[in-house]
Amino acid sequence: MFLDSDLLMSALRALTPILLAALGGALCERAGVFNIGLEGMMLLGCFTSVATSWFTGSPWLGVLAAALAAAAYSLILAVGAVTLKGDAVVLGIAMNLLAVGLTSFLLRTVFGVQGTFDDPSLQGLPLIGGFSPLAHLSWAAVAVAALLLSRHVWGLRLRGVGEAPDAAATLGVRPATYQYGVILLSGVLCGLAGAQLALGNVTLFTENMTAGRGWIAVVAVMLGRAAPLGVLLAALLFGLAEAAGFRLQGLGLPQQATDAAPYVVTLGALFLTTARRRRTPRPSGARS
Amino acid sequence: MTRTSLAGALRSPLTFSVLAGLVIGALFLVGTGADPLTAYEAVVTGALGGDGIGATLTTTTGVLGLALALAVPLRAGLINLGGDGQMVLGGITAAVTGLNSPLPAPLTVVLALLAGTAAGAGYAVLAALCENRLGVPLLVSSLLLSYPAVSLASYLARYPLKEPGSSLPQTRALPDGVALPAFGDSTVTLGLVLVALAAAAYWFTDRRTALGYEIRMTGLNPRFSAYAGVERRGLTLRLMSVSGGLAGLVGAIGVLSFPYRFVDGSLTAPGYTWTGLTAALLAGAAPLGTVIAAFFFAVLQVGGLAMERTTEVPRELTQVLQAIVIVFLAARLRFPRRLFRKRVTV
Repeated sequence: MFLDSDLLMSALRALTPILLAALGGALCERAGVFNIGLEGMMLLGCFTSVATSWFTGSPWLGVLAAALAAAAYSLILAVGAVTLKGDAVVLGIAMNLLAVGLTSFLLRTVFGVQGTFDDPSLQGLPLIGGFSPLAHLSWAAVAVAALLLSRHVWGLRLRGVGEAPDAAATLGVRPATYQYGVILLSGVLCGLAGAQLALGNVTLFTENMTAGRGWIAVVAVMLGRAAPLGVLLAALLFGLAEAAGFRLQGLGLPQQATDAAPYVVTLGALFLTTARRRRTPRPSGARS
Repeated sequence: MTRTSLAGALRSPLTFSVLAGLVIGALFLVGTGADPLTAYEAVVTGALGGDGIGATLTTTTGVLGLALALAVPLRAGLINLGGDGQMVLGGITAAVTGLNSPLPAPLTVVLALLAGTAAGAGYAVLAALCENRLGVPLLVSSLLLSYPAVSLASYLARYPLKEPGSSLPQTRALPDGVALPAFGDSTVTLGLVLVALAAAAYWFTDRRTALGYEIRMTGLNPRFSAYAGVERRGLTLRLMSVSGGLAGLVGAIGVLSFPYRFVDGSLTAPGYTWTGLTAALLAGAAPLGTVIAAFFFAVLQVGGLAMERTTEVPRELTQVLQAIVIVFLAARLRFPRRLFRKRVTV
């Protein structure tokens, strides 16, 4: 049997980091900030969680430190794009590059190893009900984000800031405050995503271990049209692709085919949805 | 007049970014217990001294090639993040051509270069079509297409095209003579000249032709240029084909230089794509600036190894330095005017 509960379980495990990061990206998108620094914030979260868990012996402190570190890191985007009105795309690319360099540098100076830090005594996250606690948190976060955006005054103001910042400012809502808020929140979420990747899915740190997952999250934001439930579905698609890839590898397909699978599936899904969207007239005011 | 323009140059975000990068790099060095001056001196002497200059020029070939590849679309405000995939496809195509061509060796070299360029260009055009026809942003389509291409080349080098009997993931060596001529005993090949010619062609197009003007205007203000009659989709397609072609050329050059074969990972490992993108961003895709920035980063990259040997500071620091420069540049930070006003009036 190819589609069975095992596959679904491994898909749900692969889903968590993408979902957390994509939620952060979706909130930013709603507030009018194009955040492509997810990959870098996530990678920093990976390293911080592993380093903290190693030195304190507590994976929980690792998770906390990852969230704080990535949030602090996200200030680069907040200050650069919101306050100084710099180019968010270039800032995002630079943040991703900086994270690769910084984590590789720290890996060598702090742990004195190159490539991978892997130690049997490194504490990973325990499972609760078969899933990482961060997986439960990610599902709760989807619900909270969906309710917040559609029902709470903060969500309404946030969307207002994204769709018509001048109008929002006229009504006494300060766009910068909301944009700082969501960027910091996306930092926290990406830090958690990194902690899940490095202390949940596996228990180690490897250079550049996010391997494009932050970019998949950026695509998930596009696919899901920056709505929490849409993002959940998009991330689930990626999780299934990754899980199916591992399964196919078990059936004798070369590893390279399975490595490429998530990206091909994501691109395919992107084609299908944008092709359909192009036939239906775009609602006025929506951003391309 | 010269004083104010000098002050203007010093006040430019570029100067600030590079200086800030060097200062923060020095703080990192102090933090790891090394002497910043010794370390920076090691970078410069290591990269430009007799032992390092060959490696620096070889690295410059790759970094400048990719920097130009990414600068061409960037000049029009388009970002191609798929350099790795385009380069690797160019490399593997050149390897296949070189191994199977029935032509005499010199013609095979030319054919392999052309085939590699065409492969990179074709793959980049695919990303452009994704944006033009399917509405997937170029930034995303080019990057997502890059991963499967790298996987494909890796698969080919490990299974169907693998050198029989070898334990390494590499193709067979190219036949005798199927190689770019090298300068003396060095690893620097004619590839550097090809890349330099590409830079000259880019400079000429940018400065002296109507197309170059259209590209710059599109980069400065896409709506204005569209109003003035620049057809954006066609421009995207053309720029991406040149961009991918250059990336493919770098891949082909890599295969036609030592060790004269396609080795899985050897094209992507030096990080030409990201270093090249950093250089192009730093220079704002201006032709001359891109050349200077690419050389600067090649010096950092090669000098980083020398720094690691002398001070035991990991060479990854140079990567940190590059990224910091771009962070500051993107945030458009500069020295406050006050600092300079004094100097100009006094």
